[in-house]
Amino acid sequence: MSDALVPTAPAEARPPARPSGRRRGTPRASERRTAWAMVAPTILVVLAVALLPIADTVWLSLHQASVTETGAFVGLDNFKFIFSDPAFTEALKNTAIFTVVSVAIELVLGLGIALVLNQHFRGRGAIRAIVLIPWAFPLSVAAVLGRLMLQDQVGILSYIAHGLGLAHGPILSDPNSLLVSVILVDVWTSVPFMALLLLAGLQTIPGEVIEAARVDGASAAQRLFRITLPLLWPAILLALLFRTLQAWAVYDLFYVMAQRQLESLSTYVYQGVRVSELNFAPGTAAAVFTFLTSLAIVVLFIRGFGARTAGEV
Amino acid sequence: MAYAEPTAARSPALTRRAPNWSRLGLYLLVGLIVFSVAAPLLWILKISIVETRELSASPPTIWPHTFTLAHYEKVFGDPLFLRSLANSVIIAGATTLIALTLGALAAYPLARLQFRFRGLVMSGILAISFFPMVAIIAPLFVQFRSLGLLDSYWAVIATDTVFVLPLSVWILATFFRQLPRDLENAAWLDGASPLQAFRMIILPLAAPGVMTAAILTFIATWNEYLFANTFLFDNHKWPVTVLIPNYAANQFTPDYAAQAAAALVVTAPILILVLVLQRRIVSGLTAGALSG
Repeated sequence: MSDALVPTAPAEARPPARPSGRRRGTPRASERRTAWAMVAPTILVVLAVALLPIADTVWLSLHQASVTETGAFVGLDNFKFIFSDPAFTEALKNTAIFTVVSVAIELVLGLGIALVLNQHFRGRGAIRAIVLIPWAFPLSVAAVLGRLMLQDQVGILSYIAHGLGLAHGPILSDPNSLLVSVILVDVWTSVPFMALLLLAGLQTIPGEVIEAARVDGASAAQRLFRITLPLLWPAILLALLFRTLQAWAVYDLFYVMAQRQLESLSTYVYQGVRVSELNFAPGTAAAVFTFLTSLAIVVLFIRGFGARTAGEV
Repeated sequence: MAYAEPTAARSPALTRRAPNWSRLGLYLLVGLIVFSVAAPLLWILKISIVETRELSASPPTIWPHTFTLAHYEKVFGDPLFLRSLANSVIIAGATTLIALTLGALAAYPLARLQFRFRGLVMSGILAISFFPMVAIIAPLFVQFRSLGLLDSYWAVIATDTVFVLPLSVWILATFFRQLPRDLENAAWLDGASPLQAFRMIILPLAAPGVMTAAILTFIATWNEYLFANTFLFDNHKWPVTVLIPNYAANQFTPDYAAQAAAALVVTAPILILVLVLQRRIVSGLTAGALSG
């Protein structure tokens, strides 16, 4: 079970045994036809709504595109434009800070919660259900709740922050405190996912291994850093990969909480596609950039860190 | 990792003392975890049930001094709000139905049948979950516009479907693989086609897997914001995720209490699902990462 993470293409992880004569009446050709017929609708939807649009985005980003027409071919001009656009470089910076800081905090807190929930104590099931609650909140609604708590007239967190001298002036009007606020709400909603994924990983570690180390005189810290964490490493990498990708594509929290005072990569793209017609083409370039950098993150985790993905979570 | 059980080798005095400390620490941590989840929600609940004048009290009240259901009455008396709940049910319901049908059909051959490129097809579907959603909104906006699908539920249902498909295919394939092969073999020997075996034997047995996939798909779609906020202009079509940030948000006099009430009301159905079906949700979420 320590090898619980299977490679991509899980279907191949266990080739189905085919004892000879298992099915006399079913020739292979008909099995193949049935298989393709059953998979075809999904392949069509994925092609039409995901893969072709991605290619289309790349195509649009190389043109002087608008919502109504593709326009003239302009090579990489749209990419040159966005990198000279302070709004985009600002969005890139915000997204990078947001991703690194919130995922790092979520890993530490998630790991701590997973270790706590892995202990035996009364009411553990109920606590696990409670921990899951923030995960269930729509991000756009969590952002509204965050605004309510940080709002300078009624917000309790704003009151506390001012009382402790952590904030001066309205929190939601200052880009720096706004970025901290967005990270705070993201941590609140995303730690449960991290914790549950790591808890599932912890539960695949056989108790005897840790018990044996304890009997051999390993301290709690030694058991954690020398045994538990190395065995948990595949689960940690996978949780980090998913959370990093989600954070890198963050849209809801920035759009709702910052209300255009703070851009992320995704809100920059949205701005171009949906709000400002003039920025449609640069928006598509930013979309391609976001896609390629996400791909780079996947490659980094799988090739660089040796993460083994099993699929969507 | 210490379970803090006393060990026989130690002296009785030590064993009684040490475990109590770590036990106390454990319960303190558990309390802290519960507090950080519950405190924000209880505070939001508080501002949704107090009279408006108490909201701006300084220092803010911790325990409610007044009580009123007026904010909930306002929310439930608002046709636009009720409409958004209905819109969310329609979009999430239709997406769940479509994604599960497609997902079950695709997951069966991917889990059980032999065909070329099977691994490639599976990887291709799962890879969608790595895509940033924002990467496809520009061309789809153009397409939907020319097809007259902007401002229709279908634009959102189609895009939501493709992003929940990987999850439903993965969960269902995991469940299908766990079923014993003998059942299908018997059906095949009796002359059933693979499709019949799937419909009559596999699908009913995989009902728990279908339920898990349905819950996670419904929650993901109920919570989806980007596509709905991109393709829907008409506020009568907005699902709750788009309405709530705009709700009672008049720039000069936002009604904070109504916002709090509305936010809690739209999350309540999902919270009930989570609390009741916690075990299933956790197993589904982790099935994606850890195969059983």
